[in-house]
Amino acid sequence: MSYEIFLQHLSNGIALGSLYALIAIGYTMVYGILRLINFAHGDIFMVATYVMFYGVTMFFMPWGVAVVVAILLTGALGITVERLAYRPLRNSPRISVMISAIGASYLIENLSIVIFGGRPKAFPIPEFFNHVSHIGSISIPRANFFIPVITFVALVILLYIVNKTKTGMAMRAVSKDYEAARLMGINVDNIISITFGIGSMLAAVGGIMWGIKYPNLIPLLGLMPGLKAFIAAVIGGIGNIKGAVLGGFLLGMSEIMIIAFLPSLTGYRDAFAFILLIAILLFKPDGLLGKNVTEKV
Amino acid sequence: MLNKNNLIKIGLIMVTGIVLAILNATLGRYQLRILNLAGIYIVLGLSLNLINGFTGLFSLGHAGFMAVGAYASALLTMSPAQKSVNFFVKPIVPFLANIEIGFLPAIIIGGVVAAIVGAVLAAPILRLKDDYLAIATLGFGEIIRVVFTNTQSLTNGALGLKGLPSYTNTGYTWTIVIITIAFMFSLRRSSYGKAFMAIREDEIAAESMGIDLFKHKLLAFTIGSFFAGVGGALLAHLMGTIDPLMFRFLMTFNILLIVVLGGIGSISGTIISAIIVTISMEWLRFLDGPIDLGFAVIHSVPGMRMVLFSLLLMIVILYYQHGLMGQDEITLEFVKEKLKRFKKKEA
Repeated sequence: MSYEIFLQHLSNGIALGSLYALIAIGYTMVYGILRLINFAHGDIFMVATYVMFYGVTMFFMPWGVAVVVAILLTGALGITVERLAYRPLRNSPRISVMISAIGASYLIENLSIVIFGGRPKAFPIPEFFNHVSHIGSISIPRANFFIPVITFVALVILLYIVNKTKTGMAMRAVSKDYEAARLMGINVDNIISITFGIGSMLAAVGGIMWGIKYPNLIPLLGLMPGLKAFIAAVIGGIGNIKGAVLGGFLLGMSEIMIIAFLPSLTGYRDAFAFILLIAILLFKPDGLLGKNVTEKV
Repeated sequence: MLNKNNLIKIGLIMVTGIVLAILNATLGRYQLRILNLAGIYIVLGLSLNLINGFTGLFSLGHAGFMAVGAYASALLTMSPAQKSVNFFVKPIVPFLANIEIGFLPAIIIGGVVAAIVGAVLAAPILRLKDDYLAIATLGFGEIIRVVFTNTQSLTNGALGLKGLPSYTNTGYTWTIVIITIAFMFSLRRSSYGKAFMAIREDEIAAESMGIDLFKHKLLAFTIGSFFAGVGGALLAHLMGTIDPLMFRFLMTFNILLIVVLGGIGSISGTIISAIIVTISMEWLRFLDGPIDLGFAVIHSVPGMRMVLFSLLLMIVILYYQHGLMGQDEITLEFVKEKLKRFKKKEA
């Protein structure tokens, strides 16, 4: 493999990794606070792409306006899912909450099939992103430059919110100790809603960029990226935002590189992430950046 | 040991047999198909109930183990001629090309292969808990599916297998159903079953009472996979064609719906809900087509049926977590107790 082709794959790997990272943050934030895999996260991500589609093609919104609308609506959807499907089960066994999460995910998918239709739709890509840069013999679409930049900006904003604001402090407190945070006068329910909102908005950003890169929209589009992003979150150490980003990049990059170096394994691409997950769970169950938590009786 | 209880049980099985024989003789082909499907879903529901309900291992890889059973049995029952028709992209591996065996051994081999695959895959991950285990088993389901899509000379890849002999009939299905039910009841009464439930209630307490967690979890998973494989084999020979897409997560979801609706951990609940879910899945097909309300016609909205089922799962888990039966069983004692209370009320 020549140096140029390697660079080509590298740019694709970085772009895919950033997308996984953005979705993984949503999983990791929710898991950090509720100890719950939000199975519906991938579907929330999918809804964002459809909101963009309908905003631009049906309501003739300018692209920028549609982006804002999509991010806000997706955030609202995330909060709604939490309120309807997870909040009533706050004190139930974990298995019930997980079944509820799976149910929510299926409900969103099937509702999308009914509302949006099963036929694939084309994501509206603005003129700006149609540009392809040629550097030497490699060609890089403009999206490949912008996706990592936007991910980075979103990450900086998020880390600012989590580490510097009062809400962020409350979020950290709730994830450390739910009961103690409540005793300290933190409105836990509100904080959980905010967490879902922020996570879903990041998923929306990821969804919009996913649409630019892979413009074929189907209602089940969120399934695989959602699962892989969750795996990315586990690889990085679930509950850890930087870990989720690291895991996202690792997964995206290795997925692209495996196909690049071993083309005969292309068909096994979707299985690779799961094999990696099981390997991580076996040898370093707390992930790369996770803290080791011992079980107390 | 022909005491009264056993006599009643034998009588019940005979009555079931007679009812099924009558149904088998009177129902049309479509209804018979649903009857078989209901039986298959009972087997599948019970096998997932063993893993999820008895032992408390949240497994989401059931469809994958079904796929193993379905493919293993299908490759054994198909005639060599049919195989060579199917495998036109790449020839089938030589050792399977000329095998053709009967249905019953094929079902058993399908179940055994699924059990072996289940045990081998589960062994390393059984120390994971709750959601990690769920995601890892979900991963297994996906890995099995992806592998089957890519092993062209073994499974015919994405093209699937067509023209399976349609061996599944009411006799086969419901004999297996009754054996499965009897097995599940006696398993739960045995020391193994008690250990499974102890693990479900509190792993740490169970371990400190001397229960070997790994051994029992592996056993539950292996038995569950065996019955999943048997169910898969029956389903394959009912459908006549199989392909990897059939065994997506949707399949696991349907079985999970059955278990949750029936009450996680209840055998009789699973049986009842398997029958209800299978019949209503067919009956509600009209929802996907156009609906005539008399004054207006709703255009057909494909997918409405699945929306309803996902809503149903949500409602059960949110407001009615016990499902139909909770962890109760309809046993002779249960019926007697109810009758006694009923009589008291009358008096």
